[in-house]
Order: sequence, then C-alpha cells, then structure tokens
Amino acid sequence: MNDHELVIQARGLSKRFGQLTAVDRLDLGVRRAEVFGFLGPNGSGKSTTIRMLCGLLLPSAGEIEVLGCRIPRDAEALKRRIGYMTQRFSLYEDLSVLENLEFLATVQGLGKAAARQRIAELLERYWLADRRQQMAGTLSGGQKQRLALAGAVLHKPDLLLLDEPTSAVDPQSRREFWDSLFELADAGTTLLVSTHYMDEAERCTRLGILDAGRLVADGSPRELLDALPGHPLLIDCAQPRQAQRALQGSTAVLAMAQIGASLRVLVASADARERIEDALRAAGIAARIEDTQPNLEDVFVSVTRQPVPAAP
Amino acid sequence: MNLRRLAAIVVKELRQLRRDRLTFAMIVGIPLLQLVLFGYAINMDVRGIDAAVLDQAGSARSREVVEEIGSSQVLELRYRLSTPQQLDSLLRQGKISAALVLPADFEARLERQDRPPLQLVVDGSDQSVQASARQLAAYPLPGWENRQAVEVVNLYNPQRLAPLNTVPGLIGVILTMTMVLFTAIALVRERERGNLEMLITTPLSPWELTLGKVLPFVGIGLLQVTVVLLVGRLLFEVPIRGSLLELYGASLLFIVASLALGVFLSTLAQTQFQAMQMAFFTFLPQILLSGFMFPFAGMPKAAQWIAELLPLTHFLRLARGIMLRSAGLLELWPEMLALLVFTVLMLSVAVMRVTKRLD
Repeated sequence: MNDHELVIQARGLSKRFGQLTAVDRLDLGVRRAEVFGFLGPNGSGKSTTIRMLCGLLLPSAGEIEVLGCRIPRDAEALKRRIGYMTQRFSLYEDLSVLENLEFLATVQGLGKAAARQRIAELLERYWLADRRQQMAGTLSGGQKQRLALAGAVLHKPDLLLLDEPTSAVDPQSRREFWDSLFELADAGTTLLVSTHYMDEAERCTRLGILDAGRLVADGSPRELLDALPGHPLLIDCAQPRQAQRALQGSTAVLAMAQIGASLRVLVASADARERIEDALRAAGIAARIEDTQPNLEDVFVSVTRQPVPAAP
Repeated sequence: MNLRRLAAIVVKELRQLRRDRLTFAMIVGIPLLQLVLFGYAINMDVRGIDAAVLDQAGSARSREVVEEIGSSQVLELRYRLSTPQQLDSLLRQGKISAALVLPADFEARLERQDRPPLQLVVDGSDQSVQASARQLAAYPLPGWENRQAVEVVNLYNPQRLAPLNTVPGLIGVILTMTMVLFTAIALVRERERGNLEMLITTPLSPWELTLGKVLPFVGIGLLQVTVVLLVGRLLFEVPIRGSLLELYGASLLFIVASLALGVFLSTLAQTQFQAMQMAFFTFLPQILLSGFMFPFAGMPKAAQWIAELLPLTHFLRLARGIMLRSAGLLELWPEMLALLVFTVLMLSVAVMRVTKRLD
C-alpha cells in the first residue's frame, strides 16, 4: 500500500437542511496514516461533513470516496472498515464497561475467542482493566472517552473518524487521549478529528479549517502559519478595552483579541505598526507595541474573521 | 416572585407549545376524543343486539309476539332458526349475542300460565348484553302483566360474575398497554440517547436492532398472560373452557400485533416522551371502543367500524370466545384474520420508514 494513497476523497460535497446550507461545495483529500484535523467554530459543518463521510447522512450534492468505497452506494461495505466516535457518549450508560465492549464485538462480528482477546488488550491499553465491571454511566469524562475509543477501534478499522472527541474532558485526559490517537496513527490507521481546541489542532499532521460550511484553509500547521497574510502585534497598555475601541474600523487591522491585560492585533501591511501608534496616540492611550510569534489562532481568525473560543 | 419573569416564562412555554405540534394535537385531541366517545359513541342503553329467533311453536300468536319484540329494536333479529343446535353454534362463534326461543308448547303455556312462555338465551360472556336482557325480561305479554313472561337463560356466566367478563378483556388491555408502550419507548431510547448514531456505523442492520429489541417483549407478553390467567383462576375462579393452547396462540398473535404497532409508533417519535404520548393516544380508543369497558352493541355504526380497526376489539372476542364459550380458533377465524392483517399492515409501513441513516 502506498503511503500517499488518498483514504478520503470528497469533491463538491454539499449538504442542505431546508434553507440552511450546512456544508458548501467542500473538496477534501486525506492521506493514509494522517492525523487530519477539522477545525472550525460551532455550526461550521464539521459534524455534518463527518456524518456524510461515514454514510450517516446523504449528501445533497458531490462525490465521496472513502477507502475505495463510493458513498452512499457502498456505505454498508465501508461500515466494516471504519470506526466512528460520536460527539456525545454513545455507548450504553446502563451497561458495564465489559458488557459494552462485548456487545460491540458481537455487533462487529468478532468471534468469541478473538473478542475476548481483543477486549482484554484494549482494556489494558486504555487503562480500563480495573473498571471492567463498572457501569459506563458512572465513569469519569476521560474514562468514558477511552471506553468510546476502545469501542470504536475494536474491529481494527483502517479509518477512524472522531467528532469533537475531547469536548467534555480535562486537559490531562485530553493529552493522554491524543497520545492514544498517535499510537493508532503509527500503526497505520488514518484519523480524522474535529476539534475547536487550538492546542489540539497544532498536534495534527494536517488541518482543514471550516467556516460556514466551506473549507477556507487546508495544509499542515507549518504551511498555514507560513501562509498567514499578516503578522501579529502585542499591544501592552493600561486600558486594553479602550485601545480596542480606538482601533475598531482601522483598515490596518485584520483581527483583534484581548489576551489578559494586552491586546493581540493581527495586521496586514508593513506600515501598520506606525498607523496603530498614531491611532492610539490620538485616543490618548499610552501603549507599548511589540512583535510576537504567529500561532494557529491567528490563522484561524484571519481565515474565518471571527473570534475563536479560548483554549482552556 | 418577579411577575415579569414569570410572564416571560409563560410566553416562552406557549411559543414552544405552539411549535410542538404533537403535544398541541394531544391537548386538543384527547378532550375532543373523550367528548365524542363518551357523549356520542358510548350508549349504555343498548339497542340492536345481534340475535336469532327459534320459533318452535310456529303459530300465528307466536309470530305476532316475535314481530312485536323485533320492533322494540333491542334485539336485531338476524336469523330465523329451526333447531337448537344452530342456536348453540351461532352463539359460540359470536355471531349472535342473544336468542329468543318460543317453545313448541308456547300456546299452552300462555293458557296455563304456569311457566314463562318466552325464553331469552343470552351470551353471558358480554356483560352489556346481560343488562339489556333484564330490560327485555320486563316485556309485558298480554295477560301476563303481573308475572314475568320471559325467562332469561344466562349462558356461559349463569351467576353473572363480573370477573368472568372482565378477566379475558383485561388480558388484552394489559398486553396493549405494555407491549405498545414499551416497544415504542425502547426503540426511541436508542435514538434519543445517541446510541443509534454509533450503532448505524456498525454492520448492524436496522431490522436486527428492531427485532432484537422487540423479541424479549414476546416472552414478557406471554408471561403477563400466564399471570392474569393464574390470578383469575385462583382469586375469581375464572374458567378456561376452551383450549389453553389456542388461547395462547391467540394471545401470541395479539402480542405480535401490538408490538408491530409499537414499532410503527417508534418510527414516528423522536423522543421517548413523544413515544409515550403516541402510545397513550392509541390506548384510549382501544379501551373505550373495543367492548372492554362499554358495550359494543350500544355504539353507533361509525364507532363500530373504527372499533373493527383496533386489534383489542378482535382479541377481546377471541379471549371471551375461547375462555367462556369454549369456542375454537377455527370458529373464530375472522378475528384471527383481522389481527393478522393489522400486523402485516403495521409492519409493512414500519419497514418502509426504518432507515439506516440519520436524516
């Protein structure tokens, strides 16, 4: 198998719900063993796209090929080769950890002996061995995520789709969870993960940024940073809110966000620094301006032109 | 207590309610349904009981009496019989609920005034018919004004024991309640809790899921039948005069019919609460119109037609027939056929609606 083989290929993918266009002519290519991150604000079409890719939703227009299967035509055949982890915990809360995995193993068609071995292996790998008799509903957020992941990879899928898998867990659990994801990628599994956390986006090998149903940026985090149209400035002053008001509407400014006591401003042109100094002086605000390193949030803000939720 | 906040909540609730079309329909529908059913369909003054006449006297006098009783409209005289065997058979099949018998010595009895000259044979497995029989028993025959001219023979339930009438119907009511409600809720729960989204990306087929969830209820249903029969036997001495096996056969078909209705409802409901609302919506006409609570014969034609569409109506006839009149399934085949048609229809509609996608 070629390492650069495209596992997911979508062309002109659209989904309309009545008047609303959730996904708008999306082109997407994901290569084997990539950890592809889907970044975008809430309602940008991440979940809808993922659901179309695994055959849960019927596209309004466009073509999809996943693992060589044409969707929706070969959706049934595809289902044996993909794992899907939903945004919401979707295992049974009133079944124990072991019962949930046994149920899924049966549904996925694993033989009795193979299932027992695989379940033991996964319980060990995801630190759930001592929880096997516990009801899934009483697990902590991080444990639930690990159980859901175990359930999604039980049948060793070639492609794993994860829809905001870490939205309900603490930072420590998120880090552990991502380690597990890289372990899977190393073993050759392709992963498509949607998130709205910047620190998670930075970990992906490739990123697609969605905004209002359209793919507005696509590349590795490095490529996206290099292609950033402007550069960020950090304005240190006593009244960041007044400073923000003073700069509102200035053509030199692409985007602004208050970070603690300072104001982070994304600017496009070379003379922007002088123009901002002028504007602040005119408003009677004393400020210290310095250059700072661009990050993915700047990328995100510049391509979507709207504030992102702060990373925890 | 802030009145403006309170008002804001009320307005919000009303807006949400207006958008929740199902709840809205139930709020309006249930009182309307009840009003129509109680005020119009449910008529305790029973008329038009299906009946037969066995006139063994065959005299001018006897024909006159038959004519007069027929014109009272309490009995709908559908059959003119010549032998008591025909009468037995019609009663057992449930084609008639009462029979007017004029014995060969009708004229003589009239003269001697020693024994009542008229006999009314009544299907005691239906309590509403018993009540109307009493009404007819007061029929004044000329010259008999001071004495009862009609002898009522209460077949199948001579002591007029209420449990005998209630228990067979109760089996049906309990099965309806549990089977329809539980299947609908159990199936919708998967969707509401998000389990379905995970399940449809597995090779599991929707019918595996549906059947797998429904099958346990077949066992539960048969268990309920057993409990009701046992308790009926121990506490009220309710007999099973027909074949126990056939009774279980009829129950099984009724359970499957109710499960099919539940599956169909589950394809309409989005939440467990909606499923519950819909289930109750189907209980009401079944309990009120099937003949369990109120006499079937007393309902106007339109209500009777609706009742014929409901599975409980047919199961009630089956259960009463087998348990009290020792009728066989062969004699009651139209009721079995009706249940079968209902099941097939419900399942076909449900099959068309169950899909393995989210939209």
